[in-house]
Amino acid sequence: MFIEQLVNGLTLGSTYALIALGYTMVYGIIQLINFAHGEIYMFGAFAGLLLVSVFGLNIFVALIGAMVFCMFLGMLIERIAYRPIRGKSSRLSALISAIGVSIFLSTLMALIRGTNTTRYPEIMKIHTYHLGSLDLSSLQIIILVVSALLMVGLQLLIQKTRIGKAMRACSQDLEAASLMGINANRVISYTFAIGSALAAAGGVMVGVYYNAVWPYMGTMAGLKAFAAAVLGGIGSIPGAMIGGLTLGVLEILGVAYLSSSYKDAIAFGILILVLILRPQGIMGKKITKKV
Amino acid sequence: MGILTLEGVSQEFGGLLALDDVSLDVENEKIFGIIGPNGAGKTTLFNIITGIYTPTSGKVKYQGHQINGVPPYDVARMGIGRTFQNIRLFNKLSVLDNVKVGCHGVTKAGILSALFGLPGERLEEKEITLRSCKLLEMVDLYEKRMEYADNLSYGEQRKLEIARALALKPALLLLDEPAAGMNASEKVSLMTFIKEIRNNENLTILLVEHDMNVVMNICEQIAVLDYGRKIADGPPEQVKNDEKVIQSYLGVEA
Repeated sequence: MFIEQLVNGLTLGSTYALIALGYTMVYGIIQLINFAHGEIYMFGAFAGLLLVSVFGLNIFVALIGAMVFCMFLGMLIERIAYRPIRGKSSRLSALISAIGVSIFLSTLMALIRGTNTTRYPEIMKIHTYHLGSLDLSSLQIIILVVSALLMVGLQLLIQKTRIGKAMRACSQDLEAASLMGINANRVISYTFAIGSALAAAGGVMVGVYYNAVWPYMGTMAGLKAFAAAVLGGIGSIPGAMIGGLTLGVLEILGVAYLSSSYKDAIAFGILILVLILRPQGIMGKKITKKV
Repeated sequence: MGILTLEGVSQEFGGLLALDDVSLDVENEKIFGIIGPNGAGKTTLFNIITGIYTPTSGKVKYQGHQINGVPPYDVARMGIGRTFQNIRLFNKLSVLDNVKVGCHGVTKAGILSALFGLPGERLEEKEITLRSCKLLEMVDLYEKRMEYADNLSYGEQRKLEIARALALKPALLLLDEPAAGMNASEKVSLMTFIKEIRNNENLTILLVEHDMNVVMNICEQIAVLDYGRKIADGPPEQVKNDEKVIQSYLGVEA
């Protein structure tokens, strides 16, 4: 029972982690909470649905397609809604712009598709494996494996490639980085692209797992993933991964042992506790500013 | 005309005139000093040359091209490297990666080849590592290349900043108070080092410095700023004896 709930929690948590990564990466580089990120996740879920149901593509191909689509969506949003005001107005303006984009995108999708929930078509035969008392569905295994692969890939990208190094340099000192010949706008654009692609992967997998997509699915998922990013330490990439998994597990255990009506209260209760007790999050560093 | 010329550059910040009609002509492969009391506009001048500020009026020309209005990363790619008054290294990157980031700005490989590690990119990456290691050897930091920049001593961090700036293969190097916080013997070795890199890399060096000993020893030409205005410009001997400079900056000697 406990192990099974743990696996359910990790499955949910890995999708939170995928979304949380986008929040944390964007925050790390331009200190913006991209409130439109949940909607990118929602668009990813719909893009996947479209590719599977209309074009009849294999789910993995659709997953990659949705990721590519959202890469461009993320870069477009940054280009249109954030870059023009960056450096020229306060951070608050960018935040409000993000909320605007968020409302625009969810409403746009509601206009296109209506507000009803759409189901993913049956994409594959789902096996359930019985390992002792543990029931594990093939879908859960796929979600866990794909998430793990994406996160390892991201770590390699950040640690090993020159784009990753440029991203780390920019997140530490954007101005100094541009004085070293790094085109900061381009690096920011790539950051949005990568974060959005990960969110899209999360969206497609959640859509398939819960067999439901709807225009406002990004709101709650986005807030939960944001809570996960804060829990892990906003700005920290390993933090977002750990925060996402922790939040998913706690939420499922709470549902299993307390009541399902506490589902959302648990996530946000944790957010409040973290903000009170350890504002820097699990992996975040406490910064003492010299005055 | 020199490698860098400023023609009547003024910079206003909300009514405050930080630089007032400053003109400079920095000759190729010279060590050029800028001195002046705190708040005279020295760092503002650096920020204008490197593209952080676009001057309110006037022209900045580098190798004959007008560069005011050019974004900082392009200015850097054109060959202007700099260090900072308050050290601004990438603290959570290794010493080696700090220098490599400087190299990456000026290399060709695009996002696709970097993502997939195409052969051209790998070859280039090898060259960059090699060059970065050479630069680190030059500043005696090769042994510490895998440490976080954060863990270096103050003097070492200053040297790493210079190595990172040299990674751009600059023709013009801007040093913002390179001797700040150094002791006497460190200053002596710094002076030798600055002369060496000028000679070996055919660099032009523009430096802001408060330590008169350092400035008078290594600079071949000096400009003096006071309240945003240039009050003197010439070889050290001439500046040292300039009436106005003595009054406003060097102090009246008995």
